[in-house]
Amino acid sequence: MIRSEMVCVGAGPAGLAAAVEAARNGVQVVVYDENDRPGGQLFKQIHKFFGSREHRAMERGFDIGNSFLAEARQLGVDVSLNSVVLGIYENGALNVMIRDRIEHVKAERTLVATGAAENMIPFPGWTLPGVIGAGAAQTMANIHGIRPGHTILMVGSGNVGIIVSYQLLQAGCQVAAVIDAAPEIGGYAVHAAKIARVGVPFFMSHTIKEAHGRDRVAGATIIEVDAEWKPIAGTEKRFDVDTICIAVGLNPMTQLLRMAGCKMAHLPGLGGRVPAHDLNQETSVKGIYVAGDAAGIEEASTAIIEGRIAGLAIARSLGYLDDSEFLTQRDALLKSIVGLRSGSHGEARGKAKEYLNAMVQA
Amino acid sequence: MMRIEEHPILGTFEKGPQVRFTFDGKPMEGFEGEPIAIALRSNGVMIHRYTARRNEPRGMFCAIGRCTDCIMVVDGMPNIRTCVEPLKAGMVVETQQGNGPERSVR
Repeated sequence: MIRSEMVCVGAGPAGLAAAVEAARNGVQVVVYDENDRPGGQLFKQIHKFFGSREHRAMERGFDIGNSFLAEARQLGVDVSLNSVVLGIYENGALNVMIRDRIEHVKAERTLVATGAAENMIPFPGWTLPGVIGAGAAQTMANIHGIRPGHTILMVGSGNVGIIVSYQLLQAGCQVAAVIDAAPEIGGYAVHAAKIARVGVPFFMSHTIKEAHGRDRVAGATIIEVDAEWKPIAGTEKRFDVDTICIAVGLNPMTQLLRMAGCKMAHLPGLGGRVPAHDLNQETSVKGIYVAGDAAGIEEASTAIIEGRIAGLAIARSLGYLDDSEFLTQRDALLKSIVGLRSGSHGEARGKAKEYLNAMVQA
Repeated sequence: MMRIEEHPILGTFEKGPQVRFTFDGKPMEGFEGEPIAIALRSNGVMIHRYTARRNEPRGMFCAIGRCTDCIMVVDGMPNIRTCVEPLKAGMVVETQQGNGPERSVR
């Protein structure tokens, strides 16, 4: 049995930010991550973040990841890799598979920062080798230094689709086109402009009809859709691509939270089924906290702030931080997150978060 | 060549020593410690397995060990997620047919 004041599940931006914030206030923290390297998706983010300086604009994801890791190490946070949290039970009990052995862990507080999984759309040929998630393309190019293919069709024009398209160009691939069933580009104009500038065509109101090829992708056909999302016959266009990248959104990884009995709500604006949580990131189950994409799909910058709030709240609940000091720091963070939840998409996310907060109080 | 020699932002990639392994009996080279699937892709291998019922080809899909589409038989052990399993010198990597060879319990 391993005893721990705070267990973080996931060493991505939310988990590391929480661990650092809690450890800085004296909490003994263990972070478990199933991967053999920490940082979650941060180390795949080779573009500069933007926004304001307080949200680490102009810094690249991997630099942010490295600074978190250095800080965590310096504060004595134990980051345990190749460690899969298999289950969360009553009273802070967890089962963790560390390499090939199972450990029983008792945590006074648990933070679930498990992140998200990619959404997929099925179409004829979608199981062919060469059809990959956009995250896979990013992992191959930016972590392992290999091109996922020579010529790529990107399905999805959200931030992931357009940022990964740019990263594929940087990796030396051709991007044949970016398509999206929606009539307008989903991601930020800054990112879209970067690929439009080098001549990558956007096909809006287009969906993928099928992938061609017997043993691997040898082409793709797209088709225009009308206002009711119905394909319009005769509008097919064929591309000679060897790779089709799917970037159609993310869904929160909440299995552990559901297992722990947390109240959940289905909120499409946050990517699917999400746990109710209060302003301190605590769920409906006392002692279990959530932060980052597992609490609703947003961005790395919001994940970091939610993580820091959770870290502070846990430090306070364990008696390491007095109430007034906690409230001052938390409210400053809450204020800064409001700026990130502005704009049409942002406001909807803010409303959804209010709903989740009300659910916990009910 | 699928490997990125010089990345405009990341420069060169840190890799382990070059090692030999086999894929369906063919000798291949990769870097120790990188996922088996990455070494395979650098050798042009796209098909990792054929499905049990329809005998359809499957390859790398999520690249982070979640979807299990890239499983293969590695050193006689079936269902190894090659996108997260590190490559070691002398590994015997084989295309998996269906659920892989049946093994007796040791």
